[in-house]
Amino acid sequence: MAGIVTNPRSGKSQPARPHLTESRAVRYTLIGIALLFLGLIVILPMVSVIAESFRKGWEAYVSALSDPDALSALKLTLITAAIAVPLNTIFGVAAAWAITKFKFRGKNLLVTLIDLPFAVSPVVSGLIYVLLFGAQGFLGPWLDKHDINIIFATPGIVLATMFVTFPFVARELIPLMEAQGVQDEEAAVSLGARGWRVFFKVTLPNIKWGLLYGMILCNARAMGEFGAVSVVSGHIRGETNTLPLHIEIVYNEYQFSAAFAVASLLMLLAIITLVAKSVLESRMSQEH
Amino acid sequence: MTLLRKKDRVLPGLSITLGFSVLYLSLIVLIPLAALALKSAELSPSQWWDTVSDPRVVASYKLSLLTAFFAALVNLVFGLLLAWVLVRYKFPGKRIVDGLIDLPFALPTAVAGIALTTIYAPKGWVGSILEPLGIKVAYTPLGITLALIFIGIPFVVRTVQPILQDMESDMEEAAALLGAHRARTFFKVILPDLIPPLLTGFALAFARGIGEYGSVVFISGNMPMKTEIAPLLIITKLEQYEYSQAAAVAVVLLLISFVLLLLINILQRWSNRRLRSVKGG
Amino acid sequence: MKMKTFKNLRLVLIATLILTVLSACGSKNNNEPAASSGSSSSKTASESGKAPKNIELLNVSYDPTRELYEEFNKSFAAYWKEKTGGNITIKQSHGGSGKQARAVIDGLQADVVTLALGYDIDAIAATGALKEDWQKSFEQNSTPYTSTIVFLVRKGNPKGIKDWDDLIKDGIQVITPNPKTSGGARWNYLAAWGYATKTLGYDEPQTLDFLKKLFKNVPVLDTGARGSTTTFVEKGIGDVLLAWENEAYLALKEFGDDYEIVTPSISILAEPPVAIVDKNVDKKGTREAAEEYLKYLYTEQGQEIAAKNFYRPRLQSVADKYKDQFGQLNLLTIDQDFGGWKEAQAKHFADGGTFDKIYTPGS
Repeated sequence: MAGIVTNPRSGKSQPARPHLTESRAVRYTLIGIALLFLGLIVILPMVSVIAESFRKGWEAYVSALSDPDALSALKLTLITAAIAVPLNTIFGVAAAWAITKFKFRGKNLLVTLIDLPFAVSPVVSGLIYVLLFGAQGFLGPWLDKHDINIIFATPGIVLATMFVTFPFVARELIPLMEAQGVQDEEAAVSLGARGWRVFFKVTLPNIKWGLLYGMILCNARAMGEFGAVSVVSGHIRGETNTLPLHIEIVYNEYQFSAAFAVASLLMLLAIITLVAKSVLESRMSQEH
Repeated sequence: MTLLRKKDRVLPGLSITLGFSVLYLSLIVLIPLAALALKSAELSPSQWWDTVSDPRVVASYKLSLLTAFFAALVNLVFGLLLAWVLVRYKFPGKRIVDGLIDLPFALPTAVAGIALTTIYAPKGWVGSILEPLGIKVAYTPLGITLALIFIGIPFVVRTVQPILQDMESDMEEAAALLGAHRARTFFKVILPDLIPPLLTGFALAFARGIGEYGSVVFISGNMPMKTEIAPLLIITKLEQYEYSQAAAVAVVLLLISFVLLLLINILQRWSNRRLRSVKGG
Repeated sequence: MKMKTFKNLRLVLIATLILTVLSACGSKNNNEPAASSGSSSSKTASESGKAPKNIELLNVSYDPTRELYEEFNKSFAAYWKEKTGGNITIKQSHGGSGKQARAVIDGLQADVVTLALGYDIDAIAATGALKEDWQKSFEQNSTPYTSTIVFLVRKGNPKGIKDWDDLIKDGIQVITPNPKTSGGARWNYLAAWGYATKTLGYDEPQTLDFLKKLFKNVPVLDTGARGSTTTFVEKGIGDVLLAWENEAYLALKEFGDDYEIVTPSISILAEPPVAIVDKNVDKKGTREAAEEYLKYLYTEQGQEIAAKNFYRPRLQSVADKYKDQFGQLNLLTIDQDFGGWKEAQAKHFADGGTFDKIYTPGS
């Protein structure tokens, strides 16, 4: 949501106008408190992950990451994200278009339902697919007869991940497109542009940062999901373990630094994308 | 009204986008959730009630709701502060700090739980400082709250930030010209505009906190009646092969979250409309 | 009129979408038929009596057996190759015993299960995936190795913990996982219960009181045995860890001289059984290999590996060889002293059982 650069004013930082800001002391105190809070809650755990991961040195770090089970977990994680993120992106754009450009009954309900996976306990997100597709589940006997595995195989992991990351793109786009209104698109239509063209030429450029940001979050969450995936994975080594599950396994084998090494890899990936995105974004807004 | 309708139909794609959204929503979210309700319906009403009114279950609901509420409250205050600092002030490393806000979204919850426990356990970096002061964090409700603060902070910051960024400064300027004190300007002019996003952020953090599992089990201590959260109880029921009971506990949890989200969405629409009409008038 | 075209359009669109989604699902499932066709080809191979080229078995096990089966699987693969000339790969899945049993019930394609307690395999049998008297399929109650519950204390035993009654003293912190979620913790609980019953003259209210006091001293109830070990060792919490004997020895091996093992006067004979999941091996055609795999656990090599990983071997010759490794103590058994798992589960761990009474408010 920080990706919104629609308002040209917000691209640049606020000019210092003394009557519109606080005294230096107040400012520094506020910054200090904010950073202290962030430090204790977010940064310290992060630092501890990195510190722990290097406790046994570089070699242990590298060998933890090049372990065959770690690599196969990485592969599965990437495959999962590669399926879940595009599907949720298409959904997010479609839903945001319908919700923000049109009026229809039940819109509030729809928006709430889209938010729902945020609020569903990860444990429950996994459980619902077990109840549906598990051998004792509602569709279980049928799937068994046709020899289709969903739970404890890649499809189940992908489904659970899709559920958990379901709202990210839509959530990002809805307020953004709502704020932009429909004038631009209507102008394009009155000038004779057709459906897809309107979207690609008019809407997409307006929402691209929000969209990218939503996708980055969706991807980060897809790669990091633990609870829901843990319920549907079956934990077969080298086969149905994603990176977060692999971390748990290694941790449970008392290889604490190896576990944190794999965790730090996931974390660094996330940080790099997030920081890169925010740097890129400031470049772009300066060009304007 | 007719005018509006006609205007609506200028743009193409309602049926395709709405149709796809509803279909996808049904396949991924609604049908599986219906399976949950169906499973819990295998219990008779009295069994159902016995399951969810069991003292241990009630205690876990209370714990999950209370810790999630306090965590969301803390996030409300500090989330606003962080958003404010990030939008209004300049300081070195601001971009990095801004990027770090999303980290709790991205970090696997189990890793977050392990890391937080490592730090706040009696022998940890921070825990060893707090221990002599008589403050215990890990394995107490305070620890659970801490983990939920970690999980929830991005929700508040990321909903408040864009609104704060797009906020026009005319009103502030006017207030300042009229001689209003800065603090008064903040509470009378700026804060009212921020209430809807704050509420949304609060509700999202709260709803997420009620169901959170991965990061909490490590730091909570899992003592029945004291530090046992509702999602853990669902797992416990499953381990005893009580699928329908687990589903019943989950359904109640789900209903609480759903009602909460619905309320907030309605509240937000309402306050948006009010705001618009005030500004328009 | 306009509305009508709208509706038609919508129908067509929804139909195409459903088709796309279905085909997407179909393509996703392609992985699976491919995998199962792989195993069905191995089925035909084994039926034709020739050595199967590549067989894959899935062993679904509980948490503490990781190291054991890592070593055992290697040894078995070598043995299989020598015997049949074919290659066999054994995939492992580890987790809490109850969770693993649930996964198999829900459709995890395990060929063999090697779990912490018979109760969990009974639960799988209840769904018809294996026969009800599975425990008679292999020798020794289908338990090729046993273990027991011991205490792990910090070096030098600073709190002087010797036996179960030391655990209920004031100021002692006891670490154990939650019996509701951990199989190992159920053995812990029953061992404590057995001790209390015997020393307090078979008086149930007093026994319950003993366990109440014991659990008052427990500051953290992790969900699994490994979690508890981590709490005790890594986080440095607690004075004594109630652990599987093999876990305690493994902790000594991993973490060196900071800890020592105390063997109480009475403990319980923990029997982690093994079984073939009939439904899955018949489907995959892997019964022969699965049977061979579990039988290998009873051979001298298998028993040796178990003993090396601190499980008590059943085979006398191996047991004699490793006699000094294991402390001598009085062992209760689940069948004789607790009337079997069904009864123990209902009495102690089901909702409203003795464990719940410990945590009932106001008591």
